[in-house]
Amino acid sequence: MAKFVTLKEAVANNLQDGDTVAFEGFTHLIPHAAAHEAIRQGFKELTLIRMTPDGIYDQMIGLGMAKKVIFSYAGNPGVGLLRRFRDAVENHYPRRIEVEEHSHAAMANAYEAGAAGLPCAIFRGYRGVELPRVNPNIKTVKCPFTGEELAAVPAIRPDVTFIHAQKANRKGDVLVEGIVGIQKEAVLAAKRAVVTVEEIVEDFSDISVNACIIPSWTIANIAVVPGGAHPSYAQGYYARDNASYLEWDKVSADRDLFREWMQKNVFEATPEDFAKRVAHLRTAR
Amino acid sequence: MSQDFTPNEMMTIAAARALSNDDVCFVGIGAPSAACNIARLTHAPDITLIYESGTIGTAPTVLPLSIGDGELCETSVTTVSVPEMFRYWLQGGRITIGFLGAAQIDRFGNINTTVIGDYEKPKTRLPGGGGAPEIASSCGQIYITMAQSTRGMVEKIDFCTSFGHGEGGDHRERLGITTKGPTLLITDLAIWKPDPVTKEFTVVSMHPGVTREKVQETCGWRVKFADVVEETPAPTELELKTLRDLKARTDAAHKGQSASG
Repeated sequence: MAKFVTLKEAVANNLQDGDTVAFEGFTHLIPHAAAHEAIRQGFKELTLIRMTPDGIYDQMIGLGMAKKVIFSYAGNPGVGLLRRFRDAVENHYPRRIEVEEHSHAAMANAYEAGAAGLPCAIFRGYRGVELPRVNPNIKTVKCPFTGEELAAVPAIRPDVTFIHAQKANRKGDVLVEGIVGIQKEAVLAAKRAVVTVEEIVEDFSDISVNACIIPSWTIANIAVVPGGAHPSYAQGYYARDNASYLEWDKVSADRDLFREWMQKNVFEATPEDFAKRVAHLRTAR
Repeated sequence: MSQDFTPNEMMTIAAARALSNDDVCFVGIGAPSAACNIARLTHAPDITLIYESGTIGTAPTVLPLSIGDGELCETSVTTVSVPEMFRYWLQGGRITIGFLGAAQIDRFGNINTTVIGDYEKPKTRLPGGGGAPEIASSCGQIYITMAQSTRGMVEKIDFCTSFGHGEGGDHRERLGITTKGPTLLITDLAIWKPDPVTKEFTVVSMHPGVTREKVQETCGWRVKFADVVEETPAPTELELKTLRDLKARTDAAHKGQSASG
């Protein structure tokens, strides 16, 4: 059963140096607060998995916390490039990072295979393109029935997955709504899962039985962090802070400015600060 | 007709015109997103727009900044998980048109959005393929839209992120790809279609006021022109107004005040 703890405890209980970790959120419900807590606790040598590594991985990479990144789109969504990630790949600053690059279809299938307990994912993809040349984890298999050649990639099995979600009930079941992305698969693929939520409610009696609910017994720890996805958003709670994504492009372009920003907004901040950051973005419910 | 318009506006509007009510379109962010929504707001109100975040049948009032903006979900017919999107809908063959942009493209519609320079030691590390590699092979056909430049339209792309017609001819069939691939390239200067045999992109229409020299100057390969090159009809007042209103709504919505920093 999921145990309700503080965010500080949730991160300390579940993440270790050298872990393979996914902070997932496909352009929605991105666990920024959890990532910032991991940054404050100063983990090292992490292998970061994410379909769309945006601001939070840019920050971790910029601080030298990552030894490897497994990803399918390393951009600032809708804005442009990830500048700390670029600095690491192009100039090895602040350190060299290993890169394992896939397509979205591959990553989505690989998470699903992880959740399904399979060793690999099989799908129709990567035809004619160059990623298989630079990523040895992209292979092919022949369909035993039709002979069709299909792409195969290893299943994703993180040591820990962190996601943000709308709410938990008292028992610790978690509701994910809106763009559900890869949240459920990322939780079920992981050895341990940590969820931050906007709020705890008494029960889910008013929610459709077909809603995307992740049962309490699949989750290690839950922490309540209102605004915990900011500058990403939580459907039904607050809107995406597009201005912050645009601002990140400037902040991340300069090594010193980046450090200053991290000092002020992460190292000297707390999980409680997230509620203030979304105050002006709250949506009518 | 007499109204002034920019090359970018012409590009978006020409791209929008290529879409119809019956299309099920997988929408890339940026120029493709603008074109698809202009089509929806003008002549193709029933077009089905799909964003890779899982939103099917979206009808946003402003253009999303990212493919995962909340409005895409709120206005959708349904929103599915990302694995379902890529497995059932894209790989399952439900999408008629994939609409892509490109950092680099070659004459056969092969696209690079991964790196400028060598993969191991890139000059510029770009975001990468995202959904594009499988969009390019699984959608019924591919439309591409981008502004012309010799940096973007090159003799040889630095990295093949998404497969177009490969080396041309029947290269797709030889790889077992059954979809049509790139059938339309719309730039800020012209409309291009692949030669039926060689599959090389060929200029079939130039936008008003554009010359062959201008098209060649901004393209890194020797441009082929069709026997008859038409003039793209200028944007109508309705098309221009719809586009400008959409852009104004979008800019206002995205400005806002940043809460951090």
